[in-house]
Amino acid sequence: MCQACDSFLDRLFAKGVLHETGVDGLYGRGQAFEAVIEGMDRLITRLAEGDHAEVIRFPPGMNRALFEKSGYMKNFPQLAGTVHSFAGSEKDHLALLDNIHNGGDWTGGQGATDIVLTPAACYPLYPIVARRGQLAPEGGLFDIQSYCFRHEPSKDPARMQMFRMREFVRIGLPEQAASFRESWLERARGFAETLELPHHIDVANDPFFGRAGRMMASSQREQALKFELLVPIESTENPTACQSFNYHQDHFGELWGIKTASGETAHTACVGFGMERLALALFKHHGIDTNGWPTSVRAALSL
Amino acid sequence: MLDTIRRLVDEQGRLAVAAEAIGDNADLYATGLTSFAAVQLMLALEETFDVEFPDRMLNRRSFSSIASIAGCLHELKEAA
Repeated sequence: MCQACDSFLDRLFAKGVLHETGVDGLYGRGQAFEAVIEGMDRLITRLAEGDHAEVIRFPPGMNRALFEKSGYMKNFPQLAGTVHSFAGSEKDHLALLDNIHNGGDWTGGQGATDIVLTPAACYPLYPIVARRGQLAPEGGLFDIQSYCFRHEPSKDPARMQMFRMREFVRIGLPEQAASFRESWLERARGFAETLELPHHIDVANDPFFGRAGRMMASSQREQALKFELLVPIESTENPTACQSFNYHQDHFGELWGIKTASGETAHTACVGFGMERLALALFKHHGIDTNGWPTSVRAALSL
Repeated sequence: MLDTIRRLVDEQGRLAVAAEAIGDNADLYATGLTSFAAVQLMLALEETFDVEFPDRMLNRRSFSSIASIAGCLHELKEAA
């Protein structure tokens, strides 16, 4: 096989690092890939060891009613995915089978379930925190992880439709949220250096939808609410965001009614690790075969 | 024009104070205008004044005060 003319994704498939499913952005993960993900998970846990964050892991779906309240559809309708299921009669079932057999549209009769695919790991967290009532004076700190979905099919292996996001979320006073984000910007540099990844940190914006979105994005940038740790994967001109550092001000606190110990609306901040993107960055920069990776990187990931 | 802008700020801005009490050059964000309310205000301005803000005006600055909104609208009306 010609290595030079194959894309990075082709080479990942050829070596069984990822497995093709026939849908762009939806892949099976091989043993080497998962070993890297597990190694990074442990490394991230060690980074945050002294913080005593409360660990919560989420399934890839969230409560549809809470998703609706979250406002995600205002800003990112193009990325959302909903779970639908068959709820018809036997007659409807026969029509459905008929449509599948004839290559017709069989999904029209599916009804929305109470579940939507989680768009970001922290979305299901806020309502849980809100339900507990007023925060303690030290605020809240959470270590969360979820498979997330974003509908943006692409041949770029770093733009998957389903991927894992590990996050730390800080909920409390504005200065608690701000110092949390500052400390993670520092840690992230050390993390990327340990993994020997070329990187830089830059101000960023979320992919808000439409003209209203253009304004939201510009406002987010002007206020420097989002930073990303960028690593070149598919291109040097457009490096891939592998981590993000977000300050939501009181957006989620207000939306979910989360109050600090003194009764003020809580501010929130989160740091997100795109686990698949970080793993792909490692495969890109250190090679498809993890046996050939630098000893220090292998040691950091306990490979 | 300023009166109409103030009416839309009252309707869309969700501010704690009446637009009447806000100076032309006062910072609307400092008065409590959120990013999302600014978007709603932008859409209402477009409909009321029958203009379309070009991309270069779709930023925080353009909607930061009643005077800056009026400035954008003047520019668009003159160009039309």
